[in-house]
Amino acid sequence: MNNRKNTEAERLTFWEKMYIPEIARGLGITLRQMFKPKDFVRQYPEQRWEPTGSFRGRPVLVEEDGGERCVACGLCARVCPALAIEVQAGETPKDKERYPEKFEINMLRCIFCSYCEEVCPEEAIVMSKDYEIVYTSPQEAILGKEELLVPKAKLQDRLEFLRQYK
Amino acid sequence: MSDLTFTLIEFGIKAAIIINIVLVMASVEVYLERKISAWIQNRVGPNRVGPMGLLQPIADVVKLFMKEDLVPKAAHQGFHRLAPLLTLAVAIGVYAVIPYAHYVTIGERTVYWGIAPNINIGVLFILAMTSIGVYGITLAGWASNSKYSLLGGLRSAAQMISYELSMGLSLIGVVLIAGSLNLNEIIIYQRDAWFGLRWLVFLQPLGFIIFLVSSFAETNRTPFDLPEAEPELVGGYNTEYSGMKFGMFFLAEYANMATASAFIALLYFGGWSLPFPEFWDSLGLVEGTWTRALLQFGSFFTKLMIFIVFFIWVRWTVPRFRYDQLMNLGWKVLLPLSIINLFVTAAVIIFFRL
Repeated sequence: MNNRKNTEAERLTFWEKMYIPEIARGLGITLRQMFKPKDFVRQYPEQRWEPTGSFRGRPVLVEEDGGERCVACGLCARVCPALAIEVQAGETPKDKERYPEKFEINMLRCIFCSYCEEVCPEEAIVMSKDYEIVYTSPQEAILGKEELLVPKAKLQDRLEFLRQYK
Repeated sequence: MSDLTFTLIEFGIKAAIIINIVLVMASVEVYLERKISAWIQNRVGPNRVGPMGLLQPIADVVKLFMKEDLVPKAAHQGFHRLAPLLTLAVAIGVYAVIPYAHYVTIGERTVYWGIAPNINIGVLFILAMTSIGVYGITLAGWASNSKYSLLGGLRSAAQMISYELSMGLSLIGVVLIAGSLNLNEIIIYQRDAWFGLRWLVFLQPLGFIIFLVSSFAETNRTPFDLPEAEPELVGGYNTEYSGMKFGMFFLAEYANMATASAFIALLYFGGWSLPFPEFWDSLGLVEGTWTRALLQFGSFFTKLMIFIVFFIWVRWTVPRFRYDQLMNLGWKVLLPLSIINLFVTAAVIIFFRL
């Protein structure tokens, strides 16, 4: 029988039950809110967000001395939980070295887990800061080597982050 | 040409101007609604289309026109198409009796601002038209043949009928004091004493609050927007509407909001009357000149805009009522209060021979 005591309706004071003063109070709060400066909003296409080194964006291949660091060991393709990476190795004139003839990442499958980066012995695949990932067709979302290669200079933040924390 | 021809031309021009004003006002209200809601929620609001996003309503309308116009197969084909027309026609029809300013004299003709502002049942006409608005919404709910729409329509009917009572009763106080149902005469009563500031809100404060709350319910605005209640009813009576038919409901809602604001301004805040009429007369701006009429229009329009902003402000402040709370408030609080208000007003008028 105790469950009918101290209900919300009973706890209200007389003026709270009259609605009007409380509504006026609420209106005061929203009025103050209306004239506050709106500094939380970023005007996106003009003001872009610059991520820090810890950000995991689109995975890319590091380009060094005009070529990729990748030696086509295939560990990234092996570890990828979403099976997004496909590597085909080819022989180079140098001894005991190979290069990827074909390196494809299907961005529709990628889940940005960064396992590929973690497993890579050559630090050849890293997560970039690119977060504007938009495609108009499923074919376009499969990135080949041309799209994936990014000069090392542009990935400095991520590489430093990896040195420090990996 | 005969006098009839002149009258027809005059009324045609007035009607064209007023319909355009209604449509432009609706888009201005949509813009204001989006801006004010944004400010209250710490956002910026539309700012991409045109300077400060001013062209956003036009973009919205273009979008609505481009959309596919679907009619559900199970819906009643005729009534489903009729409902938005009815709602919009009624919402615009109300503007026929609203006086925007007093009059101007052109040659020997006295041209009143408004299509028929001197109709002697102006108040009744507005009440009647707003109650026809319920038919449009209920019809939309029923003809869509969808449970959400039907629930929205039913709620709308129940809510509007409940709140119309207290709305009408609180209005009778105004009519008793001013002694007329003619909107222009109610304004003239408010103008003719206390330096043009005998606004009925000072004489009828309780009646004003009841009327304000009821007009929120009548226009289906938050905190009484149960007929559309997005979270529980998906959108209520306009669930099954798309394209410009939805646009017409949208337009009608905003037109109704402007009507309610205009009605509040006319009945309780002196409408087009300017404070200190003698001062304006001494400047040579007597009744009938264009300047005086434009000033009066400015006075009316300012009050109108203030109430529109107030409607929007309340919508983004107060959460929606529960259905039983709505009915409790309507029948157990507002109705008795408005009856008490009516009796006290009548008794004061009789005993003090006002």
